[in-house]
Amino acid sequence: MQGDHFELENAPADAGTLRRVAIDPVSRVEGHGKVTLLLDENGQVQQVRLHIVEFRGFEKFIQGRPYWEVPVMVQRLCGICPVSHHLAAAKALDHVLGADRLTPTAEKVRRLMHYGQILQSHALHFFHLSSPDLLFGFASEAGRRNIVGVAAAYPEIARHGVLLRKFGQEVIRLTAGKRVHGTGAIPGGVNRSLNREERDSLLAEIYAIVGWSRQAVHLVKRLHAADPALYDSFGTFRSNILSLVGADGSLDFYDGHLRARDADGRILVDGFPIQNYQQLIREEVKPWSYMKFPFLAALGPQHGWYKVGPLARVQNCDRIPTPLAEAERREFIDHGQGNLVHAPLAYHWARMIEMLHAAETIKALLHDDDLSGSTLVTSGVRKRQGVGVIEAPRGTLIHHYQVDDDDLVSSCNLIVSTTHNNQPMNEAIRRVAQRYLSGRELTEGLLNHIEVAIRAFDPCLSCATHALGKMPLQLELQDAVGQVVDRRCTAS
Amino acid sequence: MSPAPVLVLACGNPSRGDDALGPLLLDRLQAWLEVTGEAAGSELLGDFQLQIEHALDLVGRRLVLFIDAGRQTPAPFVFRQAQAVDGAPYSTHALPPEALLAVLPRIDHQTAPPAFVLCVRGERFELGEGLSAAASCHADRAFELLQELFRTPEIDCWRSLLSG
Repeated sequence: MQGDHFELENAPADAGTLRRVAIDPVSRVEGHGKVTLLLDENGQVQQVRLHIVEFRGFEKFIQGRPYWEVPVMVQRLCGICPVSHHLAAAKALDHVLGADRLTPTAEKVRRLMHYGQILQSHALHFFHLSSPDLLFGFASEAGRRNIVGVAAAYPEIARHGVLLRKFGQEVIRLTAGKRVHGTGAIPGGVNRSLNREERDSLLAEIYAIVGWSRQAVHLVKRLHAADPALYDSFGTFRSNILSLVGADGSLDFYDGHLRARDADGRILVDGFPIQNYQQLIREEVKPWSYMKFPFLAALGPQHGWYKVGPLARVQNCDRIPTPLAEAERREFIDHGQGNLVHAPLAYHWARMIEMLHAAETIKALLHDDDLSGSTLVTSGVRKRQGVGVIEAPRGTLIHHYQVDDDDLVSSCNLIVSTTHNNQPMNEAIRRVAQRYLSGRELTEGLLNHIEVAIRAFDPCLSCATHALGKMPLQLELQDAVGQVVDRRCTAS
Repeated sequence: MSPAPVLVLACGNPSRGDDALGPLLLDRLQAWLEVTGEAAGSELLGDFQLQIEHALDLVGRRLVLFIDAGRQTPAPFVFRQAQAVDGAPYSTHALPPEALLAVLPRIDHQTAPPAFVLCVRGERFELGEGLSAAASCHADRAFELLQELFRTPEIDCWRSLLSG
């Protein structure tokens, strides 16, 4: 399957014959992202190490806090998908309260919040982050390859991106109570429902939102069709996939059980209860990385690693329970001609299918009167621990808490989507570097291509901190004795 | 309803050490404006970081002020005017004020209003940490500037207070 990767990963890193190329995207003030390419004597990429610091200090941040504070506090982990952490924590603590089945109003308000989050995050990812690369080409002028450039050349696309994002934010505001730092989900349910006026205000826009989401899928399909060789091969590698699926096997971002498939699409695990995730997933530690490397326990670290996120979800489910997105899923599956699609650039296509599904789901929910119900909270027999799993925009997100009898959190464990995708990101970068690095010169082209591969997964680089004056992306080439022979710097 | 003529957009995470400078100064400014009876003329918004949809918050404003922490900023702060920059660098998770100003006319056919950046030097940004002593001093100095700015929220006055 993916055996060649581990042969290289285990290559002797201390060998004096390896040159080291360091790409240093220090894009967050305390987060440190870095790509190291280890080359052999012939200048060929032998090993890739992607270093990302994220969620450092999380356990200390949470331990000793009353459990009811946790769904609000965890939003400060991530400035891009705080709602995902908010809901995953609330779901975990539902179990602690014994609230194994929420009221219809609570579940639907939470679902609306989550699908609003998926919509706004996917819109941000595609229009702000990835569309500049895709619309202008990876090798185009860097100064143009950004959202401002897209707005200049494709103003309608950029405008749709902004308005989709804005709509998703408004869904979050109405369900969570605030635009940021919302409090809507609480252990056992929610603290508010939507009134008729709020639903009508969203309904007034949702039809345009569905239309623009559909156009976005068509745009990605056109891009694939224009250069299938590139889109199908760029950074492509085979792996297992993992995601939640609903009880009936449908795509479900909010709840369900875990399912894994192998690289050929055969189901490895299905119906796995989320409360038992530790029996399914183990995490390997490597000395060179802060981030762990999750793998399916039954397959071991060498063969058990897997992709998560849109590309995994769209192919792991049996169907998408909304008509427009399901039609697009079928077309996507047909593109694979009977095989799983593994191309990293296909993440964007799958992501837009999911955005369309989120828009359709929001539309259906807004017509559901349960959204305006008044029974918001439930509870049951108190437990000492709970696991909450959710499909966040970038992939499966696991929150696990233990709560003592004094109601204080005694321990917690998180596996976030960027951690699940750790090994796949390394692999995608290695493939791209092997293809585009040559000689001793570090080119902007190489840097661009590595960035494009990373963006397909959109790792979280300790994103909850924002500060001006960030360091730019740096690219450095060292010879066999560690001397810098080339250096390149670009904005990040 | 017309938006307030002055928009203050502060970025930062209150739970990450000196990244809290933006929201902290926003709260202090809000309280001060309420005491002085000037709150109606300004809208104050806080968020983790700037994103493209914030361009729509700029519509119809006479003046905009961005407040943020900065790691390499000369202490205690830098106050500068921001100009729209096409092709400003972008990153995965945030947009600089200059790019936001450039996005607005592209998507809404509106000219971006005059905008200023108050960037306050931060030192430590770890999750769960409070404000550092140094950043607290910088915040006090920055708040003195904010009071001066909002006594006379006019572009000429603000320009006269730009850093060096």
